[in-house]
Amino acid sequence: MILDGKLAARVAEIELLNPTLKRFRFVPESGGAFPTSPPGAHVLVTLRGPDRVWQNAYSLVTPPDQRDHYAIIVRRVPDSRGGSHFLHDWLTIGDAVELSAPASLFPIASLARKHILIAGGIGLTPFLSYRPVLALRGSAYELHQFCAPDEVETFRALLGSESTGVHVHGVGRGERPDLAAILADQPLGTHVYTCGPQGLMDAVEETARGLGWTPHAIHRESFGGDKGGEPFTVTLARSGRSIAVGASQTLLEALEGEGIEAPCLCRGGACGVCLLPLVDGIPDHRDHVLSDAEKAEGRLIATCVSRARSGTLVLDF
Amino acid sequence: MGIQFKTDETFRDDFSYRNSDTAVLRFPFPFGEDRYMYSVNIEPHVKAGTSPVFDHAFDVDEHYVAECRERAIVLDHDPKRCQVLPHMMPAQWDTLELLMESLSTDYPEHFSLTRDGTAWHWINRPLNLDQRFVFGDASTLPCAPFEYITRQAQGDFTLQDQRDDNLYVDGGMVTTQADWSLEFDIGMSFHEWHGPVPLAHEIGVFDRALQYLLRLQYGHPVRRLNWTMTINPRLDTSPENYPDWGPDRTTVTAENIAGKLHLRVELQTLFRLPRSNAILFGIRCYLISLQDIERVEKWRKRLHRVLASLPPELVEYKGLTRFHGLALSRLAALDDGAPLSLGIQPDQAHLPA
Repeated sequence: MILDGKLAARVAEIELLNPTLKRFRFVPESGGAFPTSPPGAHVLVTLRGPDRVWQNAYSLVTPPDQRDHYAIIVRRVPDSRGGSHFLHDWLTIGDAVELSAPASLFPIASLARKHILIAGGIGLTPFLSYRPVLALRGSAYELHQFCAPDEVETFRALLGSESTGVHVHGVGRGERPDLAAILADQPLGTHVYTCGPQGLMDAVEETARGLGWTPHAIHRESFGGDKGGEPFTVTLARSGRSIAVGASQTLLEALEGEGIEAPCLCRGGACGVCLLPLVDGIPDHRDHVLSDAEKAEGRLIATCVSRARSGTLVLDF
Repeated sequence: MGIQFKTDETFRDDFSYRNSDTAVLRFPFPFGEDRYMYSVNIEPHVKAGTSPVFDHAFDVDEHYVAECRERAIVLDHDPKRCQVLPHMMPAQWDTLELLMESLSTDYPEHFSLTRDGTAWHWINRPLNLDQRFVFGDASTLPCAPFEYITRQAQGDFTLQDQRDDNLYVDGGMVTTQADWSLEFDIGMSFHEWHGPVPLAHEIGVFDRALQYLLRLQYGHPVRRLNWTMTINPRLDTSPENYPDWGPDRTTVTAENIAGKLHLRVELQTLFRLPRSNAILFGIRCYLISLQDIERVEKWRKRLHRVLASLPPELVEYKGLTRFHGLALSRLAALDDGAPLSLGIQPDQAHLPA
């Protein structure tokens, strides 16, 4: 499957799950089918509001073989001025949205003998796409959902009847989930996956490591975020042109957006073709080409992945 | 109008394999410059580029039917050319889905796929196959899903499992290989299976390539070209069968080199698979005789310059030692030293007779 550009989609259904949670179903704009989605995948949803554009990452809650629609569940963040507010308050059935190809940064480990899934609050979403896959493969798993006591019913309803191995734990203010009880007595070959608030994911990782789990058996959700970062300005010394690099675009994309033919090949920080000489500014190196010494010197930058720690970079180009 | 398949050609015994003029002009000549050295020459596998072989996810050409028959012959003699470790079953179905979807979308006149939930119907017209099966239920296919679909595709395929920040070659269909063995390599990590390659380790090529591939994203495959040379148009140059083809190298003479020596180019593609998170590595092999290369002015001159400047370690590793001198002296007479355009395109639309 070669996916070129965004997936054009339309909102087919919006379901209120509780006062702050809504499930959105998207269908392909031109009919047909979406690409098979990896379990645990997320999509970037581009939302075009009246004043600005958001690009937010949400986990798909639909399994790989559900190709007639994708679904996400979004919590409306209090006092939100971002995408969740727009999704909850403005998006209606029939609206057009753009989705990125589903990206897989939270896969199921192929050799795990057993899977422990630990979620906090809306962090449950990637595990909703895991469950049918684990069931189909006949894999042993436990799912532990931690949430505020008043949301226990919502999450129980989402997970269906509390079948063997699926637990919804209400956690009151000031209480802490008993992670050691979950992680202490698991068979060799068990992998743990966690998604939710930073504090919970940190606690799962620390608890597991403290109990002697191997680091490769501990997985936490991440939307990557390698590509974007703080916006900055790049100045091209030879022409004197200044170009703004947005938060969600790369330096290379900003140059290309201005019609500048900058060198590139792999677009992933591996080949070194896009390296340009840096005259001034502090780079944020994210490539795999430059050695540590070269990175410290700061005389070259891989435009396809690297960014700026200073407000401006000046390139000899 | 579809592809005109050359259904009778062979890659062994009488070696009746030949390229049509169209096939010569669309050949993925691998040298964009006058010198060759290892690099991380990976680019996005988008449906465009400087050779028509890049126009589809999986290129099908006039040799399709004959190559599938050749694969079946190799598998008859040595079933271990196709092996997949047990934990890779999701990757097997991913591969079947990717190949069936790509082929039926890119070549609707030759392949068709219709689906009703998990009830799938696959038609392969060139091979005269009509198969109904249940996606996810291997018992409804004549063999395991990876073997089933890669018997119907040109080129070799391997499956890389991603775990512990590394890639492991945990499966493959390998019958058209340039002297490496799946039976020997299966289960190896990325640096282990690249162990024999000279020079490239020292310049960090594999460290960088691994970091890049670990981040390979679904829907955004990548590709590169690799090359070597083979005597006679033989696809199966495997270590297992070395006694069959190794001695061919001693048969090359100044009189027969143009017909016997073949440039062997691999279009290597890497696809992230959805259910398994594995990587499918396609190694699509193209063969062209020296005499057909000589019909393209730019290519014969460039090949001369590349071979003349090739580091001795690469001459040795690629197995060119015995005929390198002969090839050079023949090509030198055809190279006036004029500057050549950058890139791999042939720069001519027709071939001399």
